[in-house]
Amino acid sequence: MATTLASPLSNEEILRYSRHLLIPEFGMEGQRKLKAARVLTIGAGGLGSPVGLYLAAAGVGTIGIVDFDVVDFTNLQRQVIHSTADVGRPKLDSARDTLHGINPEVEIIGYETRLTSENALEILRGYDLVVDGTDNFPTRYLVNDACVLSGIPNVYASIFRFEGQASVLALRDGPCYRCWYPEPPPPGLVPSCAEGGVLGVLPGLMGLIQATEAIKLITGIGEPLKNRVLLFDALGMRFRELKLRKNPECPVCGANPTIRELIDYQEFCGIRGEEAPAPAATAGEIEILEIGARALAEELRGAAPPLVLDVREPHEVAIASIPGAVLIPLGELEKRLHELDRAADIVAQCRSGVRSMKAARLLRAAGFTRLRNLKGGILAWSDEVDPAVPKY
Amino acid sequence: MAVKVQIPAPLRPFTGSHSTVEVDGRDVGEVLENLVAAHPQLRPQLFQPDGHIRSFVNVYLNDEDIRYTGRGQTPVQPTDTLTIVPSVAGGSAARCCC
Ligand SMILES: [Zn+2]
Repeated sequence: MATTLASPLSNEEILRYSRHLLIPEFGMEGQRKLKAARVLTIGAGGLGSPVGLYLAAAGVGTIGIVDFDVVDFTNLQRQVIHSTADVGRPKLDSARDTLHGINPEVEIIGYETRLTSENALEILRGYDLVVDGTDNFPTRYLVNDACVLSGIPNVYASIFRFEGQASVLALRDGPCYRCWYPEPPPPGLVPSCAEGGVLGVLPGLMGLIQATEAIKLITGIGEPLKNRVLLFDALGMRFRELKLRKNPECPVCGANPTIRELIDYQEFCGIRGEEAPAPAATAGEIEILEIGARALAEELRGAAPPLVLDVREPHEVAIASIPGAVLIPLGELEKRLHELDRAADIVAQCRSGVRSMKAARLLRAAGFTRLRNLKGGILAWSDEVDPAVPKY
Repeated sequence: MAVKVQIPAPLRPFTGSHSTVEVDGRDVGEVLENLVAAHPQLRPQLFQPDGHIRSFVNVYLNDEDIRYTGRGQTPVQPTDTLTIVPSVAGGSAARCCC
């Protein structure tokens, strides 16, 4: 990997890294390789936090970080590179300060941008490896293809609730993410935010597996997590390994690749971003009316209040709810229609208004007529009507 | 003959929260067919309308990807474990999409 052995270590560095230097397999040579290495992390979030912290502490000479986000309170449960005082700051600034606090010797190169098909190859150029900490499919495939096309290994991990997976992809002669999953799921089948939680320690564990693999690749020690994927189940506290093969017909790394340059990954994934608003009504369909939170509060105080139908999951209702709302989770709505009066005046409600729009359409298809959707969901209710209602 | 099928977290809502289910079958195809027959909501998650396994779902017999062992025709033994591994988006905890 990093072939320059010409990076000498100062006396301060020798002292700082002495516990590395005392490992026979690692030694001065390994430490010099780390110092010469350039690692690009995509995202300074759940996975990027431990990756950045430990690679900086370990003495990786140059760490690039791609992130355009701003630190918010919901990040702090797992994104340990940021502190409470950093809320509201760009993640790049916060990450740079933290990493320099740990190790001022490390050069941090920030890219305050979304990784795109236009800039990815340019950003990747000159890095020895990429650590993928992305949280969405378009960027996952973009990172994969950019790594394959650039010949840069991709240290991959992803997480879901209590489970994680990791592998080293796009090594020469090794499989890539497309070999494993030729296509992403259509947006409708992606777990919705009701299922989107994650145990805070999980990205910590998986990120450190990525950091470990990065250090092994750079120093050339050990056996890389190659041609196999590691599955981790935090609840059962079990690691499993599955075989991962290079697909000879892979469209990007196979023998006859059909993808020779970066494509439009939003289109490939059939979505326009993870936070896309509810899709518009299809042609010929009448749009569901929306009602604002303040207007709803007023109607609820009036003589003929509408029925507020909360279509979130019970664990979300346990966090906060609108008084008097009836709970039927979206997934159960179809088989529980008999619980609702078809003539009733219904306002569907969820967290931010997307699931409830789906619910309203489902009800209309089932013959309900007096339907509206609470615009902005309970988040808008918290903003406009009752600030005592917590946001999540 | 029943084999153990490991259900990943994203698909557990469709199996009554069970992480492992026992399913009969002589080969992988039969096991999967019996699985979705017992849990009909799983069918559209695992299969395309034409009956092929979806391209974002990988099925492993023990540690082998069935795409390389004969797909649905791969015979199963009672000691085998079939694992369903769908692609997962999360990195920083899937940002709320709704
Ligand atoms: Zn490939």
